[in-house]
Amino acid sequence: MTVTAVHKDPHTLSMTLDAEFDASPERVWQLWSDPRQLERWWGPPTYPATFTKHDLKPGGRVEYHMTGPDGDQPHAYWEVQEVDPPHSLAVRDGFANDDGSPNTEMPMNEFRVTIEEVGGGRTRMSIVSTFPSTEAMEQLLALGMEGGLTQAVGQIDAILAEDTVSRPSRSKP
Amino acid sequence: MQIAPPDFDRMFGALADHTRRDIVRRAIDSEEGVAELASHYPMSFAAVQKHVAILERAGLVTKHRIGRRKVVRTNVEGLRVARRLLDQYEELWRGRIDRMTQLVNEYTRETGQ
Repeated sequence: MTVTAVHKDPHTLSMTLDAEFDASPERVWQLWSDPRQLERWWGPPTYPATFTKHDLKPGGRVEYHMTGPDGDQPHAYWEVQEVDPPHSLAVRDGFANDDGSPNTEMPMNEFRVTIEEVGGGRTRMSIVSTFPSTEAMEQLLALGMEGGLTQAVGQIDAILAEDTVSRPSRSKP
Repeated sequence: MQIAPPDFDRMFGALADHTRRDIVRRAIDSEEGVAELASHYPMSFAAVQKHVAILERAGLVTKHRIGRRKVVRTNVEGLRVARRLLDQYEELWRGRIDRMTQLVNEYTRETGQ
């Protein structure tokens, strides 16, 4: 298990995930900087990603689409904010229309990647993902974004827990 | 038995509101109609009725007739199905990290670094 910590903060609308790899920071950076490697991990096997543009510099754009099991191809893009190889990367991730233009009706999610050596030939990568507002979080949550999603999971858990506690007291005719 | 796939946009939109979450909790174990539910909240009957309608469209509650009364009940099975699918979503980043690890390890084997 390489994920070492996951922290979700509903107050700052953010999620932090730390992972460690048996590799150098340079090697971990390649996973982001080489689009052919990026597409081998960004999408799940059932929804592989194809990166059609990969301009990883401040103000640059990265464009990609996923391909679903039914052939559906949702398009998305990154607006690159900051790049400091092999240490950090900050992007805004948004949804795009089929022609690649930004879909402004959909909220954006920002994430920052920090890569640092931790000794013993190991490297820690931290992902901090933030949402601009509760509304954006709720909207993205419906699309499977981690941050807001876990909040919903928590809500559902609370509801189900209450169900287990209160159920025995129910009087059945 | 077939369970229709839940409409997630609707379901989460419905759960995003505090009052509606509260109604879902109450309706798990109570046999209250809309008017009785409305008495718990500092808002009009019409407002609560609207919340219940949103929950009903999202498949989170259903209305049942008991004699002459109509009571609101939570669809607990619907919630469970959503919870299971959400767990899969939650694995999204963990899945990415796993795939990254595999790639890094492949590279290490190939180059002997």
